[in-house]
Amino acid sequence: MTDDISENDDRESPAPGVPRLGSDEQPAVYLDAEADAASGDRNGDGAPATDGGTSAEGSSAASAPNPDPDPDPDAYDPVDVFEGGDLDLREGADSCYKCTTCDTSCPVAEVDDEFPGPKFQGPEQWRLKRKEDAEIDDSITSCSNCMRCDSACPSSVPLSQMHNEARGEFVERQMSKLSREYVRNRILSNYRFFASIASKAPRLANAATKIPGAMWLAEKTLGVTSEREFPEFAEQTFREWWRERGGAAVENPDKRVAYFHGCYSNYNTPEVGKAMVRVFEHYGYEVMVPPQKCSGTPMFANGMLSDARRAAETNVEHLVEAIGEGADVIASCTSCSLSLRQEYPELFDIHGIEDLSENTFEALEYLRIYEDVEADVADAEVDDGAFAYHAPCHARNQGLDRQALETFRELDGAAIEDVGDSCSGISGTYGWKAEKYDVSMEIGADMFEHMEDAEGETGMTECPTCAMQMEHGTGYEVEHPLQLLERALVEGS
Amino acid sequence: MTVESDVLVVGGGLAGATAALSAAREGASVRLVSHKDSTLRQASGLIDALGYVPPSRAAGDAGPGSDPTLDPTAGRTGALAERRPDPEGPLPNPFERVDALPDGHPYRLVGADAIRAGLALFDEVVGDLYRGGHTERNALLPTAGGTVKPTARYPASMAAGLASDDAPALIVGFESLPEYDARQLAARLRAAGVPFPVAGVEVAFPGEFRDDARVTRLAGALDRNEALGGDGTSRTGTPAREALADAVEPHLDAVGADGDGSDGKTAARVGFPAMLGDERAAAVRADLADRLGAEVFELPGGPPSIPGLRLEDRLFDALDEAGVRIETGNPVVGRELDEEGRIAHVLVDRKGREIPYAADAFVLATGGAVGKGIDSDREGVREPVLGCHVPHPEDRYEWFVDDAFGDQPYARFGVAADEALRPLGADGTVQYPNVRVAGATLGGADVAREKSASGVSLATGVVAGRGAAAVALDGTNGTDDAAGDTTEEHE
Repeated sequence: MTDDISENDDRESPAPGVPRLGSDEQPAVYLDAEADAASGDRNGDGAPATDGGTSAEGSSAASAPNPDPDPDPDAYDPVDVFEGGDLDLREGADSCYKCTTCDTSCPVAEVDDEFPGPKFQGPEQWRLKRKEDAEIDDSITSCSNCMRCDSACPSSVPLSQMHNEARGEFVERQMSKLSREYVRNRILSNYRFFASIASKAPRLANAATKIPGAMWLAEKTLGVTSEREFPEFAEQTFREWWRERGGAAVENPDKRVAYFHGCYSNYNTPEVGKAMVRVFEHYGYEVMVPPQKCSGTPMFANGMLSDARRAAETNVEHLVEAIGEGADVIASCTSCSLSLRQEYPELFDIHGIEDLSENTFEALEYLRIYEDVEADVADAEVDDGAFAYHAPCHARNQGLDRQALETFRELDGAAIEDVGDSCSGISGTYGWKAEKYDVSMEIGADMFEHMEDAEGETGMTECPTCAMQMEHGTGYEVEHPLQLLERALVEGS
Repeated sequence: MTVESDVLVVGGGLAGATAALSAAREGASVRLVSHKDSTLRQASGLIDALGYVPPSRAAGDAGPGSDPTLDPTAGRTGALAERRPDPEGPLPNPFERVDALPDGHPYRLVGADAIRAGLALFDEVVGDLYRGGHTERNALLPTAGGTVKPTARYPASMAAGLASDDAPALIVGFESLPEYDARQLAARLRAAGVPFPVAGVEVAFPGEFRDDARVTRLAGALDRNEALGGDGTSRTGTPAREALADAVEPHLDAVGADGDGSDGKTAARVGFPAMLGDERAAAVRADLADRLGAEVFELPGGPPSIPGLRLEDRLFDALDEAGVRIETGNPVVGRELDEEGRIAHVLVDRKGREIPYAADAFVLATGGAVGKGIDSDREGVREPVLGCHVPHPEDRYEWFVDDAFGDQPYARFGVAADEALRPLGADGTVQYPNVRVAGATLGGADVAREKSASGVSLATGVVAGRGAAAVALDGTNGTDDAAGDTTEEHE
């Protein structure tokens, strides 16, 4: 029997004690008069905090406030990210009581003396920019979007949402679309586009990045660090493998999942995607692989909200269709799952986006909810030895930072050791930027040290870019928990 | 299939961690769910048991009419702060005055022995990180607020600061840290009548840090003994600890020079904001002490609190070792009952989807009004997670008195419980037999005035954790255990 707490039935906020929108909420002041008028009835009809509530097709030049003085039509494709008003972040700013816990959880502030920290980037900057002449401080581009401040805040201030919004506004309004930084960030955040080309000829692409001087050139021309080795492209993408395999090996209308493989499992580490398929089929799930684009994580981190929105429209359309066919959406990358669950509904208002958020899970998380994975693992045996496990920052505010440890605790033949709660420092595209490389490695120093101290010589993490950083800093091979789970449950049986 | 465990603890603060550890030690499989990172990082690190017994309307010991704050509207009729009775204390021994607390106070429910059990568990977990376990008596510690606080346990990093010591002390503040002004803090300590000469000095933290550098940044620099450079002086490249000692050393003779009556004493101990290192804190203190020729201590303060972070790390390591499953980041938003009125499972909001978490017994340790475990609006006061009854006057003008430091009714708002810490409904009967309530979620205590917050969390955490484990492991339905029987007789 369901017995909800009746007094709370009308509460929309999932966070106990967080105030709802104040009745004195004002539209954002920096909008031009036209946009203001368009959003004038916002309080009246109680529209939720959104990016304007219209689809991309509804965008037009007229609705784009403050036309960029120096737009490059080829590089810049305005959509309605800010149409109809700012995100409604007043309640978040009001909920902040300045305890600065977020600042102490920020891995960038811990090593970068120039970075003022999430409390400034979030609630304080939000207030400052309500003055008409206030611009977004360019330090917003030093935020790595690790989102640790979200899970640190005892008052449920939506810090990462505020940062995403400020960064998006900074890039849209204040950053020259012709600058090297903009072009570089656009390229980095559209990794999927370039990876899809490179994977047409993976050997050539892999060889190209190893041509002496290629990365030096990338650093000199684009500001992409030459310290890192470009990730290898797989000779067969996950989707090519899936097609060759003939799709799902299990049909089960009662247990369906739609796999959101993301870019990295498709182009670079298809073995993670294959492990996902085999483990889920082992449990009797029918796996679907809908068409999809980038989750948007690197685009959010670079303030490329228009690009992220375009990708989101495709993802929402195809994934919601799968949900309609009875599937839950499963990601193997914790940043992809976080993006679909949290950033999508926080930043965009696309039909079906809430359904997608509610029905999305990380792979191991899902199995731990619906299958008795721990008991099955306890009966299994592998011959793996020890792993040095790093919990990605984006696993943390999904409550997943301990799932690998707990899942494999009783597994014979493998030991998982947590290398501590520090950030790996790479934060997706952040550590690829030449000017951020040193900060990235300084943040990662703690993790490298703990990995060296750990017994295992193999790394483990759910996040592909954390894996890059782990490998870069220690030379260890790095696996996804699904790969160990596959060996324990599928290959062993 | 749902997520299952013997005991599910909701809340990751001191009470929740204590309850989870206690239940695990009884042999139960335990899962701890915390909405956000532990609030221990907001805690000073001091473990208070009971420092004062404030006069209260509930105790009635002030006598009718003697306490103007008993009248909710007294403040509107004129001055009353001067007429407010003094609290009893600082108490030399917290255990001896438990009986002086009002009925319904968590300590009255669980008794002094539960405080002892809570502190014993705490001592075992924290080991050499803490001091004070050698005696039942309170220690007196100077705080970053310039007050002297009675407390049962204190971090080893604060041991050299004991206010009962008569060794001359120098308090060091950093110009860039808003935590305190050292000169004002020293003056306040003198005004409080401490038995030692004390002076304060403000220095610049050496090196080139941004003006509002975080305490974690500075603590990290000391922890790693970073070479501080880039300021263009001879200081360039000096290791952080040496540079800090050099900055403080010229002021050691300041004690007695700013009007405390003693003449020209050399400080035998030096107090700093609580930021002397993180993982290598003991080495940082030893290094500084060596260079200064004086003992070194930290002053407990507000958030973000590094002593609180150190305690959080130690407690969560202990939970991990005890096999407790820990999940941080998702809130518990509701519960479903079985046909007997017990909680069958709670609902955890995992980014949009509410997932049932089943358990045989539950511990509610979500915090009080400050920690958001107790919620209120103009309509009423409620416990939002399980919907436990929270007794409070219907008229919200009776929730407070005008004297800010008076006997505020809201300070005692929380869930009412029986001696087994089962929540009581509006009719005074047990609301959910398989639930135990711990920490600030319980009503009846005014922890800010009593200096009892940590002790309440430890004592009720142990009782709640053990009680929940008994429900899960003994298969009792939570109504016929020993504590339940006494409660029924009591009523």
